[in-house]
Amino acid sequence: MTGAVDADRRPDEQALVGALRAGDEQTFAALVDAWSAWMLRLARGHVPSPAVAEEVVQESWLAVLQGVDKFRGEASLRTWVYRIVVNQAKRRGVRERRSIPFASLSEEDLGPTVDPERFQSAGEPHPGGWRQFPEEWPENVALGREIREVVTTALAELSPRQRVVVALRDLDGHSADEVCELLDISAGNQRVLLHRGRAVVRAHLEQYFAGPVTRYEVSS
Amino acid sequence: MTCEEFVELVTAYLEGTLPDEQRLAFDEHMALCPGCDRYLAQFRTTIDLLGELPEESLSSPARESLLNAFAQWRRTMGGDSS
Repeated sequence: MTGAVDADRRPDEQALVGALRAGDEQTFAALVDAWSAWMLRLARGHVPSPAVAEEVVQESWLAVLQGVDKFRGEASLRTWVYRIVVNQAKRRGVRERRSIPFASLSEEDLGPTVDPERFQSAGEPHPGGWRQFPEEWPENVALGREIREVVTTALAELSPRQRVVVALRDLDGHSADEVCELLDISAGNQRVLLHRGRAVVRAHLEQYFAGPVTRYEVSS
Repeated sequence: MTCEEFVELVTAYLEGTLPDEQRLAFDEHMALCPGCDRYLAQFRTTIDLLGELPEESLSSPARESLLNAFAQWRRTMGGDSS
């Protein structure tokens, strides 16, 4: 997943940090290529536009270079870089919202993830059971252009917290433990944010697959 | 376990963090309820699709300017004769 640079393994980190300090351009380029994707996603959780996120990532890499001599290896290199990105993103202060409080959940993270209307209520034959099963989706759904758009749109609608967790878990393939460490959140909150984010994306897909025929008529 | 409860436990189930008893109830419910079985399958599809999103990366001008900055940084570190 990290491509040419297998920078996730601690034993290799010493060598990596050494190469950076020594000014090895290949190492730096490989790291930039391997890590910028998740750094961008992370930055996007804090700033309003892709362009600003890109600037944040650039600034972060510069901060990495300036600080690499002081890197002591107490956290993994990746965690250290992660914190730099978060700090840079916050410093941009582009949104006056300052930082996103990851430690606690807010209202948008709580409550049912599926519309309660879809389940039978107390007076009905099967309280809590589906009124109607979810519609079947086409078999072997592949990520074509349209579906990619649906998924991307859904991601954009998530709260920043949810989006970062979904991105780190499902797009970048980090483990739950890693995400908890990176974001400094509890396992329970990580799961809540992930579940809600996924449920929203599923709902968008459901809507798309059930979509009105006009959608196709219009697009032609 | 009701369907309404089932749908909230899907991620915990997939993460393997459900306590044994709840996991058993979840499995049992899934076996008996086509709607929830389908919901779980769609959840999995969603996760797969998310994983297939193309990598965003830095634009080439941004990458370029970083590499230039790196070269400059290396020069100012001193002692490097390149």
